[in-house]
Amino acid sequence: MTTLTGISSKVILRTSGVSKTFGKFVALNNISAEFSRDAITSIIGPNGAGKSTYFNLLSGAFPPSSGKVEFEGRDVTNVAQHEFAHMGIAKSFQITNVFPLLTTRENVRVGLQAFVSRYEIWRPRAKLPGLVDKADELLALVGLWDRRERLAKELAHGEQRALEIGMALAANPRLLLLDEPTAGMSPEETRVMMDLIVKLARERTVILVEHKMKLVMGISDRVLVLHHGELLAEGTPTEVRQNEQVKRVYLGQREH
Amino acid sequence: MNELSQTLTQPVVASAAWFEFAKRHRAFLASTVVLVFPLVMPFTALAVNILIYGLYAVGFNLLFGYLGLLSFGHAALFGTGAYLCGIAIVHFAWPWYAATAMGILGGAVMAAGIGALAIRTRGIYFAMVTMALSQCVFYLFYQAINWTGGENGLRGINVRTIDIFGLQFDFINPLTRYYVIAAFVILALFALSRILASPFGAVIEAVRENEARARASGYNVTLTRLITFILSGAFCGLAGALMALHLSVVPIEILHIETSGMVVMMSLLGGMGTFFGPFVGAAVFLLLENLVSLWTVHWQLIVGAVFVICVLFFPAGIWGTILKRINP
Repeated sequence: MTTLTGISSKVILRTSGVSKTFGKFVALNNISAEFSRDAITSIIGPNGAGKSTYFNLLSGAFPPSSGKVEFEGRDVTNVAQHEFAHMGIAKSFQITNVFPLLTTRENVRVGLQAFVSRYEIWRPRAKLPGLVDKADELLALVGLWDRRERLAKELAHGEQRALEIGMALAANPRLLLLDEPTAGMSPEETRVMMDLIVKLARERTVILVEHKMKLVMGISDRVLVLHHGELLAEGTPTEVRQNEQVKRVYLGQREH
Repeated sequence: MNELSQTLTQPVVASAAWFEFAKRHRAFLASTVVLVFPLVMPFTALAVNILIYGLYAVGFNLLFGYLGLLSFGHAALFGTGAYLCGIAIVHFAWPWYAATAMGILGGAVMAAGIGALAIRTRGIYFAMVTMALSQCVFYLFYQAINWTGGENGLRGINVRTIDIFGLQFDFINPLTRYYVIAAFVILALFALSRILASPFGAVIEAVRENEARARASGYNVTLTRLITFILSGAFCGLAGALMALHLSVVPIEILHIETSGMVVMMSLLGGMGTFFGPFVGAAVFLLLENLVSLWTVHWQLIVGAVFVICVLFFPAGIWGTILKRINP
């Protein structure tokens, strides 16, 4: 066992003192945390806690104002967003982000193609071997196989979110980042999504941001609580639930 | 009721099959149209103009319709292609094919230059930056009188015969000239359809559909845009080179802002984001211009009215609307 490469290390992702300011507004203040490879970690907190900002730093949407982000021991603080998928980090967005005028299958196929061919302008893409089959496989996994010929914009909201996860899986990521994966979903859709997340976490690390505390407590191994841009508490769901400060923050907060 | 709806849908299904066939063989069908085209046009020079402007519009549409970037400076690419082809012939006595290649290269290099500066902006800013840069290109060519003839245009691009693989074509004969130019346009359309069907074609669409998602999926959006701009420049450069060969002169007006605006109109008129739409738009635009100007000098009024009606009532453009009717 070597830990020199960081690949086999237990820590898959680490942030060291990351802060993010927008003008004079401090969205995140000096957050240091480690994410374990074989765990589902949830980042929770009330509105405006800085969850999404933190998610965006982790997923490379923008770099922190200060501090460092490391993935498998490699400094990825200033790595461009499009490199993340190639490193093995994929994400789904808080606001649904699909290719609306492409078919459901093509959405996933394009996601897969990024790892096979990006700048070829002459060979027909139909001749890239295996992509359509692989896309169908992923669609079956997220429960959209029978919708594969539909345009993505015609899918129901919950289906689009599932499609986004299918697209993220196209990168075959070692780390899957999900930003409020059940936002706007019905209770039934939420249940299906939660089952899917648990299933996916068996083969890869999952970190999710969630507003609804109750929802993630059951499936998380570890929970980080953010509040006003600070790391308020960290621990197992039970520890976090019993934390006095967390109780105070969430007290009187309506759970949506 | 069921039977009724079945009979109603049957012709649609049939036409959908026809549509699929047509789509698969679009390059071949287009070639057939191109072959008979000059015979039904009022005069051959108009048919040549439609071919060249159609190619220009198709090149523009790669960026506008497929990638979703509105450039207001494509005259710079078209014009650079024309001037470099002309300069190669007039000042360096290059053979026509080398000069044409020079035009393609010129359009691509100019696109790389303008693209490198403009590609980080989007929307109205992209339109403005490309417009401003194309104005710079205009003054560059306008001032270089020794090379370009300045205001008088570049004269003396005399190509009398075109030899392809040992065959000699009389380039003075209008119909022969049409077919020679048509051969280039068909090759260009074939290349374009290959690009659109390629893996990179899928990336172009993905970037148009959702930039953030394309980035998260692992695509370099900025580089994709730049490459598409350069490809667009190569097609427009070829169109410009053919224009220089066709006209025997390169008028300075080719770099005017109207040349940039015209191609936007042609694309919208025909249908942006469709393969043949820009071609149809160019044909309708130039036919209207030529036919209406026969009986009134205010032809722009009529063309403008047709344009407004099209944009208001057929936002998918002429060709786009036809496609929707066939394949709803």
